[in-house]
Amino acid sequence: MRTVIFRTTAPYLTSLMVLFSIFVLLRGHNEPGGGFIGGLIAASAFAIYGVACGVPPVRRALVFHPMSIAGTGLFIGALAGVISLFAGVPFFTGLWIYPSIFGVEIALSTPLVFDIGVYLVVLGTIASIALGLEEREKL
Amino acid sequence: MEVALSALIGIFFMTAVYLMLSPHIIRILLGVVVLGNAVNLLIFTNGRLTREVPPIVPDDVIVAAPTIANPLPQALVLTAIVISFSFFAFLLTLAYRAYQELDTDDTDTMRIAEPADEAAPPTGY
Amino acid sequence: MAGKPTEPVDITGAMVTQAPALADWLVVAPIIICLLGGAFLLAQRKNTAIQGRTAVAILALLVVAAVGLLVHVLNNGPIVMTMGRWLPPFGISFAVDVLGALLVLVGALVAFFCCLYALTEIDTEHRRYGFFPFLVLLMAGVSGAFLTGDIFNLYVWFEVLLIASFGLLILGNEKAQLDGAVKYAFLNLIATTLFLIATGYLYGLVGTLNMADIAVRVAELPDGAPINTIAALYLLAFAMKAAAFPVFSWLPASYHTPRIVVSAVFAGLLTKVGVYALLRTLVMLMPASLAVFADILAWIAGATMLIGVLGALAQSDIRRTMGYLVVSGIGSMLAGVALMSDLGLMGSIMYAVHSMIVMTALYMTCGLMIHRTGSHDLRGLGGLYGKDPFLSAIFLILAFAISGLPPFSGFWPKLTLVQASLSGGDGWLAAAILVTGFLTTIAVGRIWVMSFWRGGPSGTPDGESITQEAMPLSDPADRRDMLFPIIGLTALVIALGFLPRPYLNVAAGGAGGLLYSESYIGSVLGTEAADAAIGQELATETEAPEDNSAEGSQSGDGS
Repeated sequence: MRTVIFRTTAPYLTSLMVLFSIFVLLRGHNEPGGGFIGGLIAASAFAIYGVACGVPPVRRALVFHPMSIAGTGLFIGALAGVISLFAGVPFFTGLWIYPSIFGVEIALSTPLVFDIGVYLVVLGTIASIALGLEEREKL
Repeated sequence: MEVALSALIGIFFMTAVYLMLSPHIIRILLGVVVLGNAVNLLIFTNGRLTREVPPIVPDDVIVAAPTIANPLPQALVLTAIVISFSFFAFLLTLAYRAYQELDTDDTDTMRIAEPADEAAPPTGY
Repeated sequence: MAGKPTEPVDITGAMVTQAPALADWLVVAPIIICLLGGAFLLAQRKNTAIQGRTAVAILALLVVAAVGLLVHVLNNGPIVMTMGRWLPPFGISFAVDVLGALLVLVGALVAFFCCLYALTEIDTEHRRYGFFPFLVLLMAGVSGAFLTGDIFNLYVWFEVLLIASFGLLILGNEKAQLDGAVKYAFLNLIATTLFLIATGYLYGLVGTLNMADIAVRVAELPDGAPINTIAALYLLAFAMKAAAFPVFSWLPASYHTPRIVVSAVFAGLLTKVGVYALLRTLVMLMPASLAVFADILAWIAGATMLIGVLGALAQSDIRRTMGYLVVSGIGSMLAGVALMSDLGLMGSIMYAVHSMIVMTALYMTCGLMIHRTGSHDLRGLGGLYGKDPFLSAIFLILAFAISGLPPFSGFWPKLTLVQASLSGGDGWLAAAILVTGFLTTIAVGRIWVMSFWRGGPSGTPDGESITQEAMPLSDPADRRDMLFPIIGLTALVIALGFLPRPYLNVAAGGAGGLLYSESYIGSVLGTEAADAAIGQELATETEAPEDNSAEGSQSGDGS
């Protein structure tokens, strides 16, 4: 798999896929998409990078350990539910704010925060399993 | 339509059970995957099949049209797919790891945790 | 992205409009604590120095929340919180009655003491594999399963605890662990898939997933509806999760393979979640179908306890003996379910509580015995009385308790179960319970005689004191640290034995809540629905939060 062509294109492909995964994540609130599918796309991006260039560069590119990313995502996801406590509504109630940034109204919500958490959980877990399998291949 | 899907689910279950009865882990794993898909189809069919109207409420109305598809089975199936996918990933790693370490994927010869020739407990001091 | 809603919409028909009381948050507090704590530990997985203490702090917080929950439920009746403001049965509810709150508390206590034990038992390498995050996430799954009021959500929590238990089971990646994990993972996955199949059919039949709503609608089903088939599927799925005869073989195949503290956690928590799910679905949701299966369940219960204890007698590895004793205990719990009476269910609940505490303590004690002698085989153990008389006293107390001998915690549940079997006309079941108790005495008594009473391992002449120190644990501080959680659990065993009154009352409240579920249904759906289903006049008719207190006094201290 480690041909020159693949190794040259893989970083670009990976960055494009990560970008696309974030697009899918943000699109997901009202249209098809969301944190789970976005996380899967991002995880496959890193898996492709791993196939092309080996696992150590992927670990360097991710900076944090995949399981730490998953843990952070779980924390963010659970936190999105707890915000309801301070708003006086039941657990996991969707709360919206509409700040206006540079004249553009942006809808921010706890479901979005939850989705980002899901994105990180899926990215972390799947990347961890995929990298684990790829690493073992070499032994 | 329900009848056709029921028959299909039956075939899925049949295949899954057949595969899971094998002593080889990889076949059991494939059986579990087929079983997961059979269950997803089953939940989907249990939510009753309707014409293909997606359960999305348009922006300009508050109450959806009465003929939309039932969204709940779709949510359940989605959850089940996510869970079975992550379990598949885990079990694949586990099976691969077990194959490497124990040099077999035959569950009949996997007797390290429960040795076949274990002696009976002592009857006295 | 959605734009700002322009016109106000009347949402009172679909959504909760009043703010939930702060006390209602108690029902989700255990889950929030465990999820946030587990996520934090997972993110800090490299930082092994702080993990242990943080996990102890998180689980201590969990115990405090669980105590608060139980006290609140005993005083005010079931509490409900429905996620996302949707009115039940549309939103996913968390609902807790006495049984759920009691099991959350005992589970939290068991996990807390296991965590203390693990501070010594789990070394840095195993911490790096993620013992503490998995333990806390396992507790999230266990608490979620005890607290949820939605049957599909119950399935999700089962999967959460299953995936966390996989992580704990393969901690260290030894050969025997991989072997045990393969069997554990596949058979448990098949069991949860069966659960999912049954839930799919149930949804197709009654069109709802909210447990309170299911209870109402199942009672209204016309004759000839295939509810018994669904109940049979649930019975099989949960019997497999609970390790009942003949589908228990995953338990003795895997429970002795991981680190001993992992076995202790599993023995205390996992199978009991299966028993809880069986109680919740069959006793509360489908009592009519349970009556159909009562005889079969009674036979399963008898076979489980006898075969479990015979299996325990046939083992020379003390860890495997303990695994079979877990199975045997499940039989006693199922016996109470099969009797379907107040007294029988009370016995089941008491036995579940007792078994959670005693089995965990026994596994921990075995861990210390293995550390002191370097052997887990009956032939290699011996001379421990001379080395550690205090430990031998503790083991003897736990052995009495697991055998159901007075005056410890095992006596009262067995007494209740025997009494319930006799008053239910099932004399043979009472006999099976007593014979099992007798055989258990032999099994644990043999361990005590072989490992504590005699002078040394097989081959050494009796009375000759052996001063070997085989395993590394010669540091007295380590012994003290590992002994402390065992003492804590043993103190609970003694307390439950000598002061059974509160324990009996709470268990009776739990059994009553299952059999007469109006207050549970009423607190989820509002009282009209409960009235319609049960056909009883209840005091008030307003919204759920207000009449909790009115009904709670009726179910809370009803003993």
